[in-house]
Amino acid sequence: MKALTKHRLFWPATALITLLVVNTVANPNFAKVTVQDGQLYGNPINILRESAPLMLVALGMTIVIATRGIDLSVGAVMAVSGAVALTIIDRADDSNRVTVVAIAIVVAVLVALVLGVWNGFLVSVLGIQPIIATLVLMLAGRGAALLITDGFITTVNSDPLSYIASGYLLILPFAFFVWVAAVVIVGLVERRTALGMLTEAVGINPEASRLAGVRSRGIVWSAYVLSGTLAGIAGVIYASNIKAADANAAGYLIELYAILAVVLGGTSLMGGKFSIAGTVIGVLTVQALDSAILFLGVPPAQSPVFFAAVVILVVLLQSPRVHRWGRSLGSSVRRTPQEAPPEVDDDRDADRAENVQKEAVR
Amino acid sequence: MLADTDVPPVVEMRGITIRFPGVLALDHVDFFLRPGEVHSLMGENGAGKSTLIKALTGVYQIDSGTIAVDGQARRFETTADAQRAGISTVYQEVNLCSNLSVGENVMLGHEPRGRFGIDWNGVHREAERHLTSLGLELDTRSMLSSHSIAIQQLVAIARAMVLDCSVLILDEPTSSLDRGEVEQLFSVIRDLRDKGVAILFVSHFLEQVYEISDRITVLRNGQLVGEHLIDDLPRDALVTEMIGRELGDLAALSKNADREIDRTGTPVLRASGVSRRGVLQASDIDVYDGEVVGIAGLLGSGRTELVRMLYGADRADAGTIEVDGREARMHAPRHAIGHKIAFSSENRREEGVVADLTVAENMILGLQAQRGWLKPVPKAERDAIVAEYMDALGVRPADPTLPVGNLSGGNQQKVLLARWLATAPELLILDEPTRGIDVGAKADIQRKVAELSEQGLSVIFISSELEEVLRIAQRVVVMRDRGQIGTLDSSDVDIDALIDYIANSEEGSVTR
Ligand SMILES: Nc1ncnc2c1ncn2[C@@H]1O[C@H](COP(=O)(O)OP(=O)(O)OP(=O)(O)O)[C@@H](O)[C@H]1O
Ligand SMILES: [Mg+2]
Repeated sequence: MKALTKHRLFWPATALITLLVVNTVANPNFAKVTVQDGQLYGNPINILRESAPLMLVALGMTIVIATRGIDLSVGAVMAVSGAVALTIIDRADDSNRVTVVAIAIVVAVLVALVLGVWNGFLVSVLGIQPIIATLVLMLAGRGAALLITDGFITTVNSDPLSYIASGYLLILPFAFFVWVAAVVIVGLVERRTALGMLTEAVGINPEASRLAGVRSRGIVWSAYVLSGTLAGIAGVIYASNIKAADANAAGYLIELYAILAVVLGGTSLMGGKFSIAGTVIGVLTVQALDSAILFLGVPPAQSPVFFAAVVILVVLLQSPRVHRWGRSLGSSVRRTPQEAPPEVDDDRDADRAENVQKEAVR
Repeated sequence: MLADTDVPPVVEMRGITIRFPGVLALDHVDFFLRPGEVHSLMGENGAGKSTLIKALTGVYQIDSGTIAVDGQARRFETTADAQRAGISTVYQEVNLCSNLSVGENVMLGHEPRGRFGIDWNGVHREAERHLTSLGLELDTRSMLSSHSIAIQQLVAIARAMVLDCSVLILDEPTSSLDRGEVEQLFSVIRDLRDKGVAILFVSHFLEQVYEISDRITVLRNGQLVGEHLIDDLPRDALVTEMIGRELGDLAALSKNADREIDRTGTPVLRASGVSRRGVLQASDIDVYDGEVVGIAGLLGSGRTELVRMLYGADRADAGTIEVDGREARMHAPRHAIGHKIAFSSENRREEGVVADLTVAENMILGLQAQRGWLKPVPKAERDAIVAEYMDALGVRPADPTLPVGNLSGGNQQKVLLARWLATAPELLILDEPTRGIDVGAKADIQRKVAELSEQGLSVIFISSELEEVLRIAQRVVVMRDRGQIGTLDSSDVDIDALIDYIANSEEGSVTR
């Protein structure tokens, strides 16, 4: 039991499960899954389907954050990639041809990759602070997307394109398989090779890593390339979902939701240790919360406040300091105050680390 | 002055117990600190010295036991509380803000205020006063990060002096200082002691402990072994108490210094005229197969700067470096590593350990970086390497899955040594490798270096402990004022001659 509560994913998972349970109790339809023509439908399936863009973006963000960086440009990259893909399909003779759509997607993702290369160049070669380096593209990207679509919202009718966001593979949505594949591939590459450990080393102590011979430049650079590429795929899925390239709405504020999901998953914004499983949980939490707002019938005007309030609750639930308070509160209720034996405290090490950090700042 | 035992202690710690996951760091330890005494806390790496200090100052909360200060039971929640109660502390790992100026660091939290908020001129004036009392002349407006680790250590000490304290705690304050600075620090300590301040001192330098202490408390494996007046405890008895056995014979080691080196072939590394404006004057060094070359010199003499350029950590703007007779470009550590050169920095915290990674990951980091990310070190190989060095260097606790940041300072140093040995280098550059390491482990490391060099490894060995340099190095490069002033055969000089040479030699009188 103790080992369980100490696991780094324990609190993120608890938050997600609590959220799901509370919503199901409030409205049983929240968890209802039905079968039609051998395919699953219902809100849980929707959450899995709609998670795709945020999941891809947050996955890249996790690795970027692990290197002590941040990528603010992901939303804009989504807009560019959607614009590129739809413009190609729109200009083609037959927008229903699979090859046309395939070429459009490949080109769009390649463009996104190049944008990632640009970000990585600014950060790792020129040494520009990540937040500023990626802000450039965040601001310029949407303008570029508008240029590509000549200032219009390009809409297309293309069955192969629609399939990506709305189609089914076997019993589950295709989009779900896309993000699962991305998570598995990135997970394998990071953890089965040494990339994950070297990324963490660079994020924790760049100078020590450099002196140990780690090619930190390449590692940091590759993180931004990954983030850009995944944002490109996310942009295609988004465009496929609305069947349009909307340069202003695509990926709007997604960078912030991605950062939120990464943090909810237990990866520190200070860089270093990262958890892909944690990010998956974080994204599902954000997505479930989104659909809870619909299900609980929170009026649109209040939904941001509601969202924020739940986020604060979830973050508090994960804070070691709150755990300690909770425990000392619990023990002072159970014991007579004058006894008050020194508490033995599971989150000790976390607190200690915190103390030491405070010390360093002082 | 010898504090007598009848004076009531300012600090009374009884039955202190602290448990970390998997480690009982302190086990019912009693400790008393009396006003007007210098009390040394001794013990091996990981014995619990720093933990005891942090228990007192509120960095760690104790699991059981009582703490009384000035006769009142206290339990500090934070170090700020401890400071308010008159306890001022310099922690082992320098805790300063490297992106603030020296003056700001010294006065942080105690800035003199004028009518319009902080009086910045006052800050720098005050800071300068405190630094001068330590014999330090610094531009207080310079960035802390622009100074060497030794200067940073002195700044940390000056910072502790700013407080008007009744208890001063110094956890290994002298680990990177040279003789002159230690003398300066000791005279300040004696001054404070005579004013009635209680001083807690931690050091692995036995000479210093015997020079400054009135009393010694020895810990071993988190337990109290004994408290003694300094005169009642001869050195070898202290060492035996600390390590629980007798220390092997170090004299056998000095054979290494006398070992004949064949210098007829091409050297493994030859650097000529390596320099960089404002940092290092043209310096030469060469190292042959199986040779240990020491570098001796005072702080700021350019020792670290020279080896950093050999390793490509910093770039030289002139001079040539040859590896095995061929000229080599050293523009990045990777280049040096490619030539099988390894470098262990003197700055363990910032340039050595990757704190949140485990002991095992830290040990294989160098090897992994060498192989590239696509070829992860296989688990079996990794376990074998880790097991070998945990054992050979005696890393404690012997759990490779702990984050290295949880280890005591000395054990972190051993992990770094393991990282470099695991890359199987041909030339190993060690900058202060025995800093903060206990007497037992120091001997272990010296033995290991001697043993490896006998098997053909070449070593450049920097240490402020000249005894150590003369014991294992066959030749000593002497540096002063940011440049090399000569190279000595260590069988030709004894320690006094070396000290003399460092301080006084005429420039250019190069001997071989
Ligand atoms: N934050 C921590 N988390 C877990 N274990 C710790 C932590 N700090 C110290 N320890 C463990 O507690 C023990 C005592 O460590 P401590 O730092 O007090 O040793 P020390 O006597 O100061 O050694 P050194 O001479 O090397 O500085 C060690 O086994 C160490 O690994
Ligand atoms: Mg210590």
